[in-house]
Parts: sequence; structure tokens; C-alpha cells
Amino acid sequence: MLLHPTALEAATTTGGFLLVLSIVVPVSGVLLAFVLGDRYVRLVAFAVVPLGLAIAAATLAILPQSDGPLVYLLGAWPPPLGVALRGDGLSAVMLATTALVISAIAVFATTDFCPAAAETRAPFAFWVLLLAIWGALNTIFIGGDLFTLYVALELLTFAAVPLVSLDGRAETLRAALRYLIFALLGSVLYLLGTALLYGLYGTLDIVLLSRRVSAEAAALVAAALMTTGLLAKTALFPLHLWLPPAHAGAPAAASAILSGLVVKGSFFIIIRLWFNVMPALPGFAATQLLATMGTAAIVFGSVVALWQERLKLLIAYSTLAQIGYLFLMFPLAFDASGRLESDEALAGGLLQAVSHATAKAAMFMAVGSIYVALGHDRITELRGIARARPMSLLAFALGGIALMGVPPSGASLAKDLLLQAAEESGQWWWAVVLQAGGMFTAAYVVLVLAHALAGSDVSIAVTGPASRNQDLAALALALCSLLLGLVPWDPYLPVPFGTAPKVFGIESLSKLLLPVLGGAVLAILLSPWPHPLASSTTWKALASAARPLRRAGIEFGRLVERSDDVLRQWPMAGISLLVVALLLAALMLAAN
Amino acid sequence: MSSVTVFGLCAAAAVGLGLYGLITNPQPLRKIIAFNLLGSGVFLLFGIIGRRGAAAGFGNDPVPQALVITGVVVAFSATALAIALLLRLFQTAGSTTLRSGAPTGAGPDPSGD
Repeated sequence: MLLHPTALEAATTTGGFLLVLSIVVPVSGVLLAFVLGDRYVRLVAFAVVPLGLAIAAATLAILPQSDGPLVYLLGAWPPPLGVALRGDGLSAVMLATTALVISAIAVFATTDFCPAAAETRAPFAFWVLLLAIWGALNTIFIGGDLFTLYVALELLTFAAVPLVSLDGRAETLRAALRYLIFALLGSVLYLLGTALLYGLYGTLDIVLLSRRVSAEAAALVAAALMTTGLLAKTALFPLHLWLPPAHAGAPAAASAILSGLVVKGSFFIIIRLWFNVMPALPGFAATQLLATMGTAAIVFGSVVALWQERLKLLIAYSTLAQIGYLFLMFPLAFDASGRLESDEALAGGLLQAVSHATAKAAMFMAVGSIYVALGHDRITELRGIARARPMSLLAFALGGIALMGVPPSGASLAKDLLLQAAEESGQWWWAVVLQAGGMFTAAYVVLVLAHALAGSDVSIAVTGPASRNQDLAALALALCSLLLGLVPWDPYLPVPFGTAPKVFGIESLSKLLLPVLGGAVLAILLSPWPHPLASSTTWKALASAARPLRRAGIEFGRLVERSDDVLRQWPMAGISLLVVALLLAALMLAAN
Repeated sequence: MSSVTVFGLCAAAAVGLGLYGLITNPQPLRKIIAFNLLGSGVFLLFGIIGRRGAAAGFGNDPVPQALVITGVVVAFSATALAIALLLRLFQTAGSTTLRSGAPTGAGPDPSGD
């Protein structure tokens, strides 16, 4: 079995060196950049990017031929004495996604972060941090030991925080500091959990732990603490106080990394913890709690996104909603007695993470180009951008469509898998949330497109020429996300044969229309912004009929936005953190 | 009461105080100090875990010591990064409050410059 390795390996497997290379290459890039200095930093990055892509591709190619995960034992010491690196199907998929997204971002950032053009240190910092994030993420994906994962998680945070404040303005520095302190709180909770687990079982190796772990109170408390810490780093609602300002304030390329990749790191460790370390322990109630928080994240993130004035903040809140979507897989993967039942749900969750990584990075990049063109990113003043920057808007639209779950996107395949798991386990309420999540996603995409595509009489002032590199990078990533459903996943993820979506047909048409129509209705009801179309006479007739509904929608939106403001206050977020930890621990203890 | 229990209680107290400080103190510098206290509590816990191995007749367990040293290095670099950010914030904004108000202030406002 690819996903649940239980045999303890005694030696490094063939191809295990690829795992080491995937960490060593980006890290040596960082060191080399420091030696060679400002002038050559971009060259170093562009030497590392193809190498990293090749390593990820080789891992993908070798894994199906090996009859288990790829393993590398550091210093040939087997666990528990030594530390192992393991690459299974999940790791291979995430390694490849990361390599792909990083390459696209590197292409996008070529002009923005040109070392010769700027006097500041920002370009140097950006390229070094890009490589550092890559190394840290790869370590998270293949680390076989909970403490290795802790160190990698910290490296990821330390590399991600300065990206937020690259431009050195006071607001972004504040956002970075908030992010850092809250992330540190999360990682200390994770470390506390690992200390308890080591004290109980005398090892932190994932495979060894999965054999020794039992439903003791201390182990469950450790799991609750670690999960809460990781949730704080992933910014699952209501622990999201740091995410919107950090993701919206950073430069476009940095936002793409933060939103597309960095939050996936801690999410991946939660998967490792719940599916590999203690597959039977967390219990049904705890998984329901995770998915409930995910549902709240979808509602809050999407509604607040519709209320945003600025496009970047809208996408930052959309990330919040999408993070919530990722957590819907937990109750679907475990059955009522808490046993791991559906590998398809796990595959669906991971596919959703992959499609979000690609699509969201593309959307942030597209918005970056739009921002440069207009000098602002106010949604209500986007009229005419379709003529001025058609490629950027196309990338944004394709990314949005991919996220909605329109076939053949990866999100659509993920949704199919999750819906199937929901049906099999009889949890129809999560199926409702899954469909609603697609509609909410469609709502903010439709809103932005409606403003951008509205006819404009005056030509808008656009600064500077469009950068073809940037548009192509964003477009390529968006297309990638849109076509992910056609990839043969079965060597890596347990996607049953025959679920590949049919692109043409009645069924796919309904899958396209359902979220789009639902999204349009939601956007009309919940968005407080006046639309240029709203002045036409037919519209006025329609609007008068729907006025009470719309008024209720606006009131609801205002309420949600206010409570979001309250929840993002520091003391409230701290209390939420403690409550989440206590609830998780209580539910796990009650289940065992 | 054995020494392991005493140290365990100390670790728990440090973790609790650190958590309290981190959540309630509005000043970032105090938050950073509270984080260090919280971290010390966790490191102390690792130390006790090493001692428990010794009580079982294994000699002192070296693995938790290695973990603590790594953890201390990580916490040190985290503190250094946080202090650097804080100093920079003070130089730029003239104050160190984290309360930025509405997130709409998070991006460059073209009308402002």
C-alpha cells in the first residue's frame, strides 16, 4: 500500500537519493546566493528551478516502479536511532505541485525582482526566500519524523514571514509580525505535542509511532495540541487573524507563494498526523468538528470576500474559504467508529489542495498584473480592464473557473471523490456544504468578472506595457489547474479508475451551470457594491421583486463582516485557539 | 513528591504563564518574551522526559537533549527575527502597536502618495 506504509524499512531504497536531492538542491541554492551576492542571485535561482523540476519529475517517474514508498535513511541508521526520509504518493504529488508553482512564480517574478533594477535589498531577499520556502516545503513533504517536520515547519515560517514585508511599509511589517507571533504560538503547541508523544512512546518516527500509538489520554491530548497548533499555522477559521493582511499586503509574486504553497505545508502535516501517525484515534466527533470549522470558514471567507473593496483582499479571503474546503475531507475519510475508511476522500482532499495551489497562485499573479496596469485594484473600478489586459483577466477567470469545480478541473475531480465518499458514508450534510462551497467560490469570481467585463465608455488610463512573461506564467498555471482532472492519478493517489470527468455531455454542463448560476444569485444577494448593469430598466424591475431578499442578504453580510472583525482581534483569536484545543481534546477523549 | 513531578509542575506553570501572556499582552515585545517563557516550559518538559528514561535504568536518554538543543536554536532564531521586525516597525511607524485597524490599510493606497 502506498498510503499507509506499516513495514519498517531497513535500508535506503533505489531512488531514495532523489529525496535528499529535493532538499539539498534548493538549500544549496540559498547558500550559493549568499556567497555570490546580489548580482548573481537571480541566476542561481534560475539554475535551481529546472534542477528542482527535474528532481520532482524523476520522483514521479520512479515511485510507481518501486513497490512501496521511496526511503532514504540518513547515515544508514534505521529508525528509531536514525531519521528516515520517506516519499509516498502524497509526497510525490505535493513535490511536483510545489516545483510547478515555484517555477511559474519564478518566471512571473523575473521582471519585478530584477536585482539590477532596484536599489533595495528586496530582490535579493525574494529569490533567497523563494528557494528557502521550496527547501522547507520539500522537507515537510518527505520528512519521516515528527521532529524533522517541526524544524521544517519553522523554516517555512521564517522564510514566509519576511516575504510579507518585502516592501518595508509599516502596515506590512505589522502584518508580518502578527503572522510570526501567531505562527510561533502554533508551533510551540505542536512542539508540546511532540514532547508528550516522545515521552509516551520513545520515538517520533511516523511509521514506528503508528504501530505503538494507542488511545491513551496523553496521546490524545498531544494530538489535539499538535492539530490546534497546525490549524493556527494553516489559518483555518477562527484562527485566521494573520492571513488577510499578510496575503493581501505582500507583493503579487509573494502572495502567490504564501497563498498557494505555504499554508499547504502545515495542512500536509495535519494529514500526516491524522492519517499516518494515528489513523484510528481521533474519532468521528473530532473529524466533524474540523469540518464544521471548515464550513464556517467557507461561509465567513466567502461572504467577507464579497464585501471587500479591493481585489487582493477578496482573493485573500477566498483563500480563507478554500482552506475551509480542504478540511471537509476529514469526516468523509473516517467512518462512524473513527476507523479510516475512504482513501478516496483523502485523495479528494489532496487534489483540492493541489488545484487550489495552482489556481490561487495564478489568480494572485493575474491580480498583480491588473494592479500594475491600473495603479489600484478597487473592484468597482475595474471596468475596461478586459480590453486593456485581456490576458491577465483571462488567467484570473480560468483560475476562478478551475476553483469552482467545473470539469475537467482538479477541483471538480476532488469534489466528485468527496461527494462519492459523502454518499457512501451517508453524511449528506457535507455533500450540501461541498455544493455550496462551489457556489460561494463562483459568487466572488462572477462578481469580479461582472465588474471587469462591464462595458465602458471611457477608456481607462493604463500604466506601462503588459508583461508577456507574467501573463503567460499566470495563464499556464491556471490552465494547469483546469486540466488537472485529466491527469492519471492512480499510481500516486487512490483515485478509482473511470472517475476521470467527461468533458462534454449533459452532466458536465449541469456541473458548470449549477455553481455559476448559484454563484451569480449569491453575488447579487450578498454583494453590497453597486453594479454598472444595475441602472438598466429590466434590471430595476427584477431588483424590485428581489429587494427584501437582497436587503436580508446585505444585513447578513454586514453581520458576518462585523463578527469577522471581532474574531480577528488578538485576544479573541487567542481564546478561540484555546477553545479549539480544548474541544478537540474533549471530543477525542470522549470517542475513546 | 519526586523531582520529576516538581519539574513537571514547573513546566506546566511556565507553559500556562506563557500562554496567558501571549494572548493577553497587547505589546509585541511582551508577546515575544511570553513566547520564550512558553518555549522554556516545553524545553523543560523535554528535559523531564530524558530524566524519566534515566529512572528506568537506561542512563540519561540523549534524544530529548538533542531535540531541546535544536528547539532552543529554533526559538532563538524566531526571537531574533521577531525582534528585527519589531525594531524595523518602530523605525518606520514610530510605534509598535499591532492594531492596524481595518485590513483595507494593508495595501498601498495610490491616493495616499
